Amino acid sequence: MENFDYLAPRSLTEAYAALGSGRTSLMLAGGTDVIVQLREGRKQCDQLIDLKHIPELMSYGFAADGTLEIGAAVPLAQLYEDPEVRRRQPALCDAATIIGGTAIQSRATLGGNLCNASPAADSSPALIALGALLVIGSDRGTGEVPVEAFFAGPGRSSLQPGEILLQVRIPALGAREGAYYHRFIPRNEMDIAVASAGVRIGLDESDRIVSARVALGAVAATPLFVPSAAEALIGQPATRETFEKAGAAAAAAATPITDMRGSAAQRKHLVSVLTVRALERALERIREAR
Amino acid sequence: MARSHVTTTLNGVETEYLCEPRQSLLEVLRDELGLTGTKEGCSNGNCGACAVLLDGRVVNSCCVLGVEAEGAEVTTIEGIGNADKLHPLQRAFLEEAALQCGVCTPGFIVSAKALLDAEPDADEHRVRWWLAGNLCRCTGYDKIVRAVLKASAQMQEA
Repeated sequence: MENFDYLAPRSLTEAYAALGSGRTSLMLAGGTDVIVQLREGRKQCDQLIDLKHIPELMSYGFAADGTLEIGAAVPLAQLYEDPEVRRRQPALCDAATIIGGTAIQSRATLGGNLCNASPAADSSPALIALGALLVIGSDRGTGEVPVEAFFAGPGRSSLQPGEILLQVRIPALGAREGAYYHRFIPRNEMDIAVASAGVRIGLDESDRIVSARVALGAVAATPLFVPSAAEALIGQPATRETFEKAGAAAAAAATPITDMRGSAAQRKHLVSVLTVRALERALERIREAR
Repeated sequence: MARSHVTTTLNGVETEYLCEPRQSLLEVLRDELGLTGTKEGCSNGNCGACAVLLDGRVVNSCCVLGVEAEGAEVTTIEGIGNADKLHPLQRAFLEEAALQCGVCTPGFIVSAKALLDAEPDADEHRVRWWLAGNLCRCTGYDKIVRAVLKASAQMQEA
């Protein structure tokens, strides 16, 4: 590994100052991607900025309106071990519990998974489906972007020089809302998605769908938000027939490639099946919560 | 490149070392501190051979920098048991023949210890899920899972 300086700022002010030094920087959160990328020469930097000593980035909690606010450097295991997080945001935990294995989840973070910007990342479609917002900070202030606007291409986020992803904000699910995320892999665990789907739906009292969000992983150059699948759902009864229309819309929107993990045709098929099943399971969650 | 001074609690003993920022915790343990019980497998976070406990959580030491261990508690296989006093997991691995070449074994034992510390009565499904990040190319896993379940039963009786 090429050498670099290691900085461990204790505050955002210190972190922004380090970022503004003119030297090339990389952020270190859990390190499960970036340390490997540095070792393998896929990334280089003059300085590695460890974010884990900045209190805002290491805490999480529910705001008064129920929004789950997660510091970008909170380890995944800390989130899904919390019964309140599991109860109120199960789809987040669907993703967090399958990113790598136990030893990875002890370190890996939502901020890292998002900034690594893999089209196959598990947290991204789940967070897009959940309507999550990302808080981006720099020495000029902070702003919010929806997760679906955060990706520029494989391995590239929309973060600009000097910016740090600070927080993930996941809006509360209403009493008649449910969400689900899953993926297809040829193993039982510890693998990278061949394709994946995350959904969130909301129903009215007569089980008509009044809100929907669908997102896909590993079938485009970035995690893919699919408004056309939501349009196939909204205003319709929550039935298998409706879900299959959304699955077809999702498959139509997907632009997968053929690679070692699967063919484009297989991925198109998977997207349809995964979307339908995710919708069925989100519906089950609404019914179980009643 | 300046070396950083790091203070940790390593296997219960306050330990200081110097390392370069690029050195992984795995490299520090093996090359600087001579603790070669922790093994290097893939060095990219897939195989779990280098698992250690960092503040009680199982991590892959190839994916942690030595400098990140500042102020932390690190437990390696050397801190879990030794030839004179085997940990119940180590004894069960021997009794159940849960190893052949042995390269993955320290990682399995460290990872299984973290599980049994948190969930003493973990069932087979849970053990298999927890250990999914530890790869073994010799045993086919069944003997490892049996050994962990045996140690779990013995530790709960004790």
